[in-house]
Amino acid sequence: MKHRTFLWFILPSLSAMVLFIALPIVSVFVQSLFVAHDQVLIVTENCGPFGCKQATTVDQEATRALKESAPLGKYNGFATYTNRGHLAFAEITEAWRSSDGVSTFLSQVLNLPFYRAVAFTLAYTFVVTPFVILLGLAVALGVNALPRAIKGPTIFVSLLPMIVTPLIGSLILFWMIDARGLIGATLQIVFDDPDLSLKASPTLTWITLFVYGVWHSAPFSFIVFYAGLQTVPQDTVEAAMIDGASRWQRIRYVVVPYMAPLVTFITLMQLMDNFRVFEPIVGFSAQASATSLSYIIYSDLRGGDTQLFGSAAATSMLTILGVAVLLTPVLIRTWREFNRKPV
Amino acid sequence: MTPSSQKRSLGLVVFSTAFVALWLAIAAVPFLWTLWGSFKVQGDFFSKSDWTYAIQGVRTLAETGSSFTGQGYHGAWVEQEFWRATLNTGIVVFFTVIISLTLGTLGGYALARSGYKYAFWILMAALVFRAMPHITLVSGYLLPFFEWNLWGHLPTTIIVLVAINQPFTLWMLHSFFLNIPKDMDESAMVDGCTRFQAFRHVIIPVMWPGVITTGLFSFLLAYNDFAVTAMLLSQENQTMVPKIASFLGTTQVEGNVMFAVAAVVSATAPLFALVMVFQRQIVSGLTAGAVKG
Repeated sequence: MKHRTFLWFILPSLSAMVLFIALPIVSVFVQSLFVAHDQVLIVTENCGPFGCKQATTVDQEATRALKESAPLGKYNGFATYTNRGHLAFAEITEAWRSSDGVSTFLSQVLNLPFYRAVAFTLAYTFVVTPFVILLGLAVALGVNALPRAIKGPTIFVSLLPMIVTPLIGSLILFWMIDARGLIGATLQIVFDDPDLSLKASPTLTWITLFVYGVWHSAPFSFIVFYAGLQTVPQDTVEAAMIDGASRWQRIRYVVVPYMAPLVTFITLMQLMDNFRVFEPIVGFSAQASATSLSYIIYSDLRGGDTQLFGSAAATSMLTILGVAVLLTPVLIRTWREFNRKPV
Repeated sequence: MTPSSQKRSLGLVVFSTAFVALWLAIAAVPFLWTLWGSFKVQGDFFSKSDWTYAIQGVRTLAETGSSFTGQGYHGAWVEQEFWRATLNTGIVVFFTVIISLTLGTLGGYALARSGYKYAFWILMAALVFRAMPHITLVSGYLLPFFEWNLWGHLPTTIIVLVAINQPFTLWMLHSFFLNIPKDMDESAMVDGCTRFQAFRHVIIPVMWPGVITTGLFSFLLAYNDFAVTAMLLSQENQTMVPKIASFLGTTQVEGNVMFAVAAVVSATAPLFALVMVFQRQIVSGLTAGAVKG
């Protein structure tokens, strides 16, 4: 295709991506270098019969004027990145000096909001992904063995957890694990503990979120594996059978190796999707025990009284760096493949 | 179908069927439970005394005189004006899908037919963009949108969703167009068509299966989005998902949580219908990237 024609075809799509994905990243970077203005204070001296007192008040007018003239805030350099809410260098050095062992050091570090979010995000990503792959493969093998007539309805039901809006899916489960809901009440009976609540302890909240993650994503890996199973060459399976391979051996040595490229694909998709875990934390109201990187950006932007644009932007930049690190191996691999492929 | 040599032992069949049945229960029961419970009062859906109340509707019978009540739906749709959110979702989703597909087909076609290196780089950039958490982009939009008075309107959100959708749409349609033989449009060009005419008269008539599949996923992305719609829309322009989230702020009032339950069921229904009608396309779309490697 000629360069000029190519340009005209790609232009609308490309400009949408440049305007609303590439430029916002620049905007995020710029915003991360600024912090909100300090309020303009006026010191007035009130002199009364008992001497003079100094009173400090906020000059609302001047503060608003300052905000309007420079909406970004004041320049702060990279200080936002290193403050307590983000990389917290000072606090980490302090914790390293004062703590007597690795575990106390780690517990101090995990009290810092940014590292808490990183810890949960990584734990979620690396716990949910393998379980999704295993459960998906197991369900795919099970469904593949079903009679043809009931495969369709089975696939329909299996798709539901994935297709449903993440926030809605997590709300539905949240209501069920309520101490007065189906799962919550059942667990109380099973463990014979009337005070058992999945919402109370951080550990149980983490596990609940992981379970939600697996429930939500397993259908995706199931569908991919199921489609893969349809293309496993029957000759190889039969050859293995003639050679005396048991059913388990056939799965282990014929089917699973054939599925390997699919595992790579699912892992890649799942790493990308799980790394931005966000809605379940809102749905499960889990922010007290578990926050993710996406969630702390959201709560900064929501803000209480003021929206912390600078802080949200700094976290966003660090998150984007995280995504880049996560994707590097994939990009390198694709680059090699592209160079091998004759065009 | 199955040759007799492949017959499985009875134990294995039982085990495998039981496992699938268990999975189906895990996948479906939450939805059935919520659907059933949405017609009860809060005292039954969150029953302190006995979980079977939620099934029998004991309190519902006592409070309303019938085992089923539409109170939750009435509260959500009429009192809390959920219909307005539904309408907004309809507008956002419709335009997002149409615009994404238009831009995506043109771009995807160009990427599939260009052998130059820059096409590869655009695809790689799209892959990186695809991995970007949406909320990080939102934090880039907010301040400029406030400054330029773009914040809160439906068109802004539509354009943002289109852009966020582009990387995925491009990838999917690109791999789809790769499957349409090059000879088709090239022979049209030999016959004197321009590239665009070839696209218009040769490619467009055969591209619909791929476009429909891609459209389904654009639909799901726009419909399920929370990060963008929650942050970029003003109160009166809210779509369904942020509206449901806002119900939760008011759940302390007795009965209001049932508004959220009813709204959740209402918002899930179209998705179920979608899967029912387009199950085959969704399955083929999910596997399109995978099976080809």
